[in-house]
Amino acid sequence: MAHNPDAREALMIGTRTDGTTVRRPLSPHLQVYDMLQMSSATSISHRITGSAWSVGLVFFVWWILALAAGPESYARAQWFFGSFIGVIVLFGLSVAVWYHTLNGVRHLVWDAGYGYDIPTTYRTGWMVIIGTGVMTVLTWIVGIIAWAS
Amino acid sequence: MSEHIPAVNRQTSMQTGLGRVRGSGSARNGTHHWWMQRVTSVALLPLTIWFVFSIAAHAGDPWEVMAEWIGRPFNAVLMILLIGITFHHTEAGLQVVIEDYIRPERRAMVAGLVIKAICLVAALLSALAVIRLAV
Repeated sequence: MAHNPDAREALMIGTRTDGTTVRRPLSPHLQVYDMLQMSSATSISHRITGSAWSVGLVFFVWWILALAAGPESYARAQWFFGSFIGVIVLFGLSVAVWYHTLNGVRHLVWDAGYGYDIPTTYRTGWMVIIGTGVMTVLTWIVGIIAWAS
Repeated sequence: MSEHIPAVNRQTSMQTGLGRVRGSGSARNGTHHWWMQRVTSVALLPLTIWFVFSIAAHAGDPWEVMAEWIGRPFNAVLMILLIGITFHHTEAGLQVVIEDYIRPERRAMVAGLVIKAICLVAALLSALAVIRLAV
């Protein structure tokens, strides 16, 4: 057997019923679940939106540093966020932040021990999806009114 | 002593009584990481809602207005809280993602430390920017 520096690899070897060995899939098993069903889709979306927001923090840091640096650098940052690409980035981040926030509440409810049955999972999943749409639209209505005034 | 322990526990657990009370295994670390992710998420709930709508309401505002708004004591304190807790939560979340997908363990550890460093520097830079606007 080839040398492997990771002791956890020993746990990744499984046996099929016919005796042949198989490499167990890594969490969260994207290749074995139907990613379009509510439970899997909302789960992986939580991770994707969290990662997206982590990348989005780069824009946040740029924005706050530009603000502290003075009017000229802030004007440059504002030019970017007002540009076509900037608006797309901000829109994507607003969707990500609302989804991750609302689905985060769903996770906290699960952590408290409620809402594990399938009908409730689907109901709360739809609430998160619709809530994300509503909050994103609301955010942009506030933003566009502020922009126009 | 042993008759006070339920028969089920006596048979299924090899853990000592002290180990059970401490709630941690051989890693010498229990649920702290998991728990802090929940604590920070609860704190971020009001802070994020406040931040997103405040920034949306200031869309297109010139530097003078924005700098003055961030510089107000209450806003500056909430901003610093938001920055600190956001980067803590981000670091904790990214660490779990790294642990799940990156192999071997050595590389995952290096990636985790790099994320920790980036989050710490970014948080301090952002906080310093807020303090500069506030004082």
